[in-house]
Amino acid sequence: MWPLIKILPVKTNFRFVSFAKFAAAFSIIAVIASLAATLLPFKGPCGGLNCGIDFRGGTVLEFSTAPRALDPGVVREALSGRGLGDVQVQSFDATSAMVRFETPPNMNANQTAEGVKSALTQALGAPVKFARTEVVGPKVSGELFRGGIIALGLAIGLMMVYIWFRFELQFGLGAVAGLFHDIILTFGLIAFFNLEFSLTTIAALLTIIGYSMNDTVVVFDRLRENLRKYKKMPLGDVIDLSINETLSRTVITGLTAVLALGGLAVFGGETLFGFSIIMIFGIVFGTYSSIYVGAPIILLWGVKRGDDDEPAKPIVPTGSAVRP
Amino acid sequence: MLNLSRWKLLAVAFSVVFGILFALPNVLPQRTLDAMPGWMPKQKLNLGLDLQGGSYLLLEVDTQALRAEKLTNLIEDMRGTLRNGQIQFSSLSQQNGRISVLINDPAQVNQAANLLRNSVGAPLAGTPGGRDVNVNVQGQRIEVAFVAEAFNAEAAKAVDQSIEIIRRRIDQLGTKEPSITRQGIDRVVVQAAGESDPERLKRVIGQTAKLSFQMVDETVTAQDAAAGRVPPGSVYVPSDDGYLPGYVLKKRVVVSGDMLTDAQQQFDQQSGAPVVSFRFNGVGSRRFGDATSANIGKRFAIVLDNRVISAPVINSAITGGSGQITGSFTVESANDLAVLLRAGALPAPLKVEQQRTVGAELGADAVKAGGISTLVAFVAIVAFMILSYGFLFGGISVVGLVINGLLITAIMTMTQATLTLPGIAGLILTLAVAVDANVLIYERMRDEVRAGRPLLSAMDAGFSRAMTTIIDANVTTILAAAIMFQFGSGPVRGFAWTLSIGVITSVFTAVLITQVLLAVWYRTTRPKTLPIA
Repeated sequence: MWPLIKILPVKTNFRFVSFAKFAAAFSIIAVIASLAATLLPFKGPCGGLNCGIDFRGGTVLEFSTAPRALDPGVVREALSGRGLGDVQVQSFDATSAMVRFETPPNMNANQTAEGVKSALTQALGAPVKFARTEVVGPKVSGELFRGGIIALGLAIGLMMVYIWFRFELQFGLGAVAGLFHDIILTFGLIAFFNLEFSLTTIAALLTIIGYSMNDTVVVFDRLRENLRKYKKMPLGDVIDLSINETLSRTVITGLTAVLALGGLAVFGGETLFGFSIIMIFGIVFGTYSSIYVGAPIILLWGVKRGDDDEPAKPIVPTGSAVRP
Repeated sequence: MLNLSRWKLLAVAFSVVFGILFALPNVLPQRTLDAMPGWMPKQKLNLGLDLQGGSYLLLEVDTQALRAEKLTNLIEDMRGTLRNGQIQFSSLSQQNGRISVLINDPAQVNQAANLLRNSVGAPLAGTPGGRDVNVNVQGQRIEVAFVAEAFNAEAAKAVDQSIEIIRRRIDQLGTKEPSITRQGIDRVVVQAAGESDPERLKRVIGQTAKLSFQMVDETVTAQDAAAGRVPPGSVYVPSDDGYLPGYVLKKRVVVSGDMLTDAQQQFDQQSGAPVVSFRFNGVGSRRFGDATSANIGKRFAIVLDNRVISAPVINSAITGGSGQITGSFTVESANDLAVLLRAGALPAPLKVEQQRTVGAELGADAVKAGGISTLVAFVAIVAFMILSYGFLFGGISVVGLVINGLLITAIMTMTQATLTLPGIAGLILTLAVAVDANVLIYERMRDEVRAGRPLLSAMDAGFSRAMTTIIDANVTTILAAAIMFQFGSGPVRGFAWTLSIGVITSVFTAVLITQVLLAVWYRTTRPKTLPIA
């Protein structure tokens, strides 16, 4: 047996902090680009995101004409001229397809959906089997959107309070900066790859918040401990040391999560594909941010360590450090 | 950690037995389950609609219509009251929810106001002697308006009634175990698992089913009706009977649906076509008998939800208190109408605000996809853990992982929490992150051994020091899940629930199971070095 752990150096000694400036530049550019992609154009409830019917209202129909072949052209034909606005037709295979459309204002969502169903049945010739029907009225979609945004905001707020409570304010700020960073970048990728923004996406984002915090807390926990242990070591070195000490854990946990979600993305079917991809992105960013966003912010702000922070000579940690 | 205290061993043994006991019914065939003794748990995982197929309907009681109806009734009420009190009035009308009437004789204004105060509207619950209307006098004009609570109380009552009627209707369709719950002030959620025909469900729920029998106004010619010339006291109602686009009917309702005692789908004896036969109660039969005997040779109309179903000519007095509705029915639609009539009319129209229907086949596909991805994820995690930490330590966390999966399944089954497709994703993520606690513990042990501690104290310290980190790290996930549960709906809630259960069981297994297994290993082999250091 060849334990993988042995290929990682027993003691890593990467100088993470020295790359902090490049990382900061990258992060700032990425955050700005992501914000732009997410918000622009300022239209509808979701801005630049591909808004699902959860938040915009409308209808999704999944249907098949098996065993007969299905012509997407006929579907488009049948739906044109019904005043439905933006109609998307997507075929899954030779016999099944999905249509998605918005309910025009001042029309009843449910009746519109019924009308489309009978139009499709007529155009395609019976029997058409509707495997999935989802109709969201405009009132509900508005509520779902508000609920989703409130949930995201509340999650970030709660995390900040929790970290502040468990650590110190500086840590809390670092953690929350990391959180915003991860969420914004994930939004950017959702916009970039035109993934659907729906309730499930919000669930993925909330999970990313949980994971990102989880990762940050592990690093911060070690940092706090090391700050007490090596009182004279320069802050940057303590940060480097803490990240290095937790690095193998970070890599192992991150890789397992990505592996498992990869399986979900490949085998989980249409519905879970976007969801798993978003979580994989989130985990990668979450890992990156706990190293390059959270910790350097603490470096920037400084942190109270009981003693004065005199510029000290680099100290190589020894095993016999004093514990509080 | 070496001292294997009894309660730890007991807790481990108990959790494993508990896990197997409650998770088992999910893999046993139904026949074996039925044959098992009564005390054994027999529940299976509660699959969400997206996994087993079914319909979810979010309905909203149309309070606007309710309001309009209430106002119309109030106007009629006032008209009657003033007439009975021999008070001359004019311009009785409604504007913005306020009804105003002009009393012709100034001397009668006070008398009229008192009359209205005492007999119009309904007593208001919670305020003795108070009524649900306000009566204001301005010169010769009297204004009557409902107090705000009146509508709210009405809406709440309407939702309760709607739930009751929906339940009766669905029960008669033979849908298995529908769940009908109230949501907020004016909403009803209907969930029916495995419903084979969601369209029919929606049709049956969505109809108000207000039935009435009214006389056709024979003084109006077809041309007048088409031109919209309708005498006061009559109203034009569109028709579905296939003969005329609509009829002009007398406003007065001879018999209404609430006077029915029974309705059945039957076949017409002459034509063999499906019809709905019905039976009136005492009041209904008397009124129907009187009306038909006085109007032989004329037409009466059967009106459902403000559309004429049929308008037959009265051949003879119908005094038996029963009759039948003919129309262009199929057996199914006649049966549905009979169900609607038996269950009664909804107090107000219901609007479908949200609908989610998943076919049973698609659900089965989703279960298959979820199963395969869980298996793939599990194999990947196992392989990775063994590659990382070897057969011994990796194996120990794999055992923890298996027990973890067992416990999650058992708790989900026991609490009958709904497993949804995103819930399966939550499960997979939990399994992946569950090893995080193991990794934290192992990494700590390696650190401590490297820092020069003797093996035993390093292992001890590994546990105790990893503990705070594990707690901190998992509280955050629980917080996120709690928020999801609060604000999410449907599948997202399922995800949050699975995630929360998973976090709790994974902390339990990682901390306790791993500890016990490591202690057993240490006691039996008395190692000198840490295999993963």
